[in-house]
Amino acid sequence: MPVLQTRGLTRILRDGPQPVPLVQDIDLQVEAGEFVAITGPSGSGKSSLLYLLGLLDTPTAGELWIDGQDAARLSATELARLRLTRLGFVFQFHFLLPEFTLLQNVMIPMQKLGRLETQEMRERAAALLVELGLETGHDKRPDQLSGGQRQRVAIARALANDPLILLADEPTGNLDSRNGQIVFDIFRRLAARGQTVITVTHDPHLAAQTSRQIHLVDGRISG
Amino acid sequence: MGLVLELALGHLGQRKRQTLVSVAGVALGVGFFIGMMALMGGFQKYFITQVIDSWPHIIIKDEFREPALQPVFRVYPQGAVQLVSLKPRDELKGIRNAREILAALEDSPYASAPTLRTQVFYRYGSREVAATLVGIDPKREMQVTQLARDINQGSLDALYSTANGVILGEGLAKKLGVGLGDMLSVTSPVGAVLKMKVVGIFNTGVTALDNFESYSLIKKAQVLAARANVINQVRLRIPDVSVARQVAQELENRFGYKAESWEESYSNVLGLFKVQNGVMYSAVGAILVVAAFGIFNIISTVINEKRRDIAILKSIGLSEGDIKGVFMIQGLILGLVGTLLGWALGYGLTEMLASIRFNMEGFVRTQGFILDRGLKPYGVAALFAMLSATFAAWLPARKAARLNPVDIIRGAA
Ligand SMILES: Nc1ncnc2c1ncn2[C@@H]1O[C@H](COP(=O)(O)OP(=O)(O)OP(=O)(O)O)[C@@H](O)[C@H]1O
Ligand SMILES: [Mg+2]
Repeated sequence: MPVLQTRGLTRILRDGPQPVPLVQDIDLQVEAGEFVAITGPSGSGKSSLLYLLGLLDTPTAGELWIDGQDAARLSATELARLRLTRLGFVFQFHFLLPEFTLLQNVMIPMQKLGRLETQEMRERAAALLVELGLETGHDKRPDQLSGGQRQRVAIARALANDPLILLADEPTGNLDSRNGQIVFDIFRRLAARGQTVITVTHDPHLAAQTSRQIHLVDGRISG
Repeated sequence: MGLVLELALGHLGQRKRQTLVSVAGVALGVGFFIGMMALMGGFQKYFITQVIDSWPHIIIKDEFREPALQPVFRVYPQGAVQLVSLKPRDELKGIRNAREILAALEDSPYASAPTLRTQVFYRYGSREVAATLVGIDPKREMQVTQLARDINQGSLDALYSTANGVILGEGLAKKLGVGLGDMLSVTSPVGAVLKMKVVGIFNTGVTALDNFESYSLIKKAQVLAARANVINQVRLRIPDVSVARQVAQELENRFGYKAESWEESYSNVLGLFKVQNGVMYSAVGAILVVAAFGIFNIISTVINEKRRDIAILKSIGLSEGDIKGVFMIQGLILGLVGTLLGWALGYGLTEMLASIRFNMEGFVRTQGFILDRGLKPYGVAALFAMLSATFAAWLPARKAARLNPVDIIRGAA
């Protein structure tokens, strides 16, 4: 069973005077363990598609299944639950909470899920940080870190609840090429052990390192 | 819940000064409310207790609520007749069927005492003071008011043992310059004059009584008023003062004469209390509204500043309820801490008022503030503070919960 499947997925904005199509007729099937890059020119709808796949936005037409569940049949609360248990997000901006330590930031999804004891959460968060190359300084605040370090904390947070799918929207967009490569190395390593990763990127060099590329043009899959 | 609380505390911790100001606003409102309630509530309660003790709960008077129709109106019921400058009859009317009324009251659960109330002039040397003389039957009067207890010089029984004895209010005695055992000359409106001996001086604490009332045997009052065997007021005490109004109404319906409850007798003072309380509630309400604005303001600011955090928390999987909770909790914390500080402030204020000493004569005589140290104002203030804090937090929190993470994430890239 695919971890993610869409049929005719379409999102058209109708707020303004003219309807604006963001993505149209996306048919997609992603199997567990795949490392997928979504590429395309600026404004082609990469982010829009990722928000739909991540249940942050609602399609105007088409179908979407995550882990076999039909997203259209779920309430807002059930969608939030699905995001919490099955999905992890990494964005171009790190979105770490400034008043919390790195460790606390990584613990947030676990705290919401509430399956582990506080001590277990701590240990798991620390292990994730170490795994992503942040051996020390877990009690630092995000503003004491470099951009590359922050993005790795954000990845650790996305992995906190051991998600089925890791979704990333230009996670290297704010990083230099060295740090960008570090992030992609992490993704590759995760994918190698069976983690499904879907990442948006417009860097062809990075996209080439994935197992599959989906190219968008004007909101549609091309080629 | 732990997470939501942690997030809320994190937000407040980042805005310490604004948090402090909001908390101070709530504390001021709560503190002043408690202080003022102790002050005014204490005074009002004291006054009412004194009145309930020293004044009959109900008085049946020789009056009617609707004045009797003048004969000319009876002759021309539909006529366009107007009478002006009607001269009232000034002699005491008296209650005609007093005997039956008193007999009927014997069978009721209410204690009753017949009295004749008349205006008199007291003269002592060159001093002349107008006052009210209430002719009483001391044995029955004791069941209706606390006069016996309030007499601090002489005694109520002395009215029986002394010919022409009179008991004066302390203020009245002072104005006349008389003491126990002094002889006074008493003149009534009909011109009767009697020499009377001061056999008692009372102090109820209610200025109006202490300065203008005096008591003698009913017979003496009847002599002065030149109305033998007439009484014009039946004074009653009832087991439950809170229903005095209803009982008065029943008695009035039953006997026809005007029956006045203590609330009606003191309606001007009680009305003043209402106005006083109204003014205070609005003043405290205003403080709390300002405090609520402070809370609304800080939470709105935090939400604006934390739009990105809200977006990521929602994308992680926190529900709208969680997000609303994060900000509602901040309002509740501000309200709660403000309330606790306000309690301390209110307590301190009450203690400070209690330590002030002075002599004052208003509705009551006192050497300091009479304070009500009841806990009710603490509860009422807390309720108001928490309600306004909750509401002030709820408005922006609702908006925060509805923020669309996609809009914010797009904007942040
Ligand atoms: N709220 C909106 N109102 C109007 N147009 C919008 C809105 N959101 C997105 N768009 C438009 O929809 C199209 C797709 O946007 P999207 O952000 O998905 O593209 P993208 O491929 O992620 O681009 P980029 O590489 O620059 O991030 C763009 O042309 C964008 O301008
Ligand atoms: Mg984009």
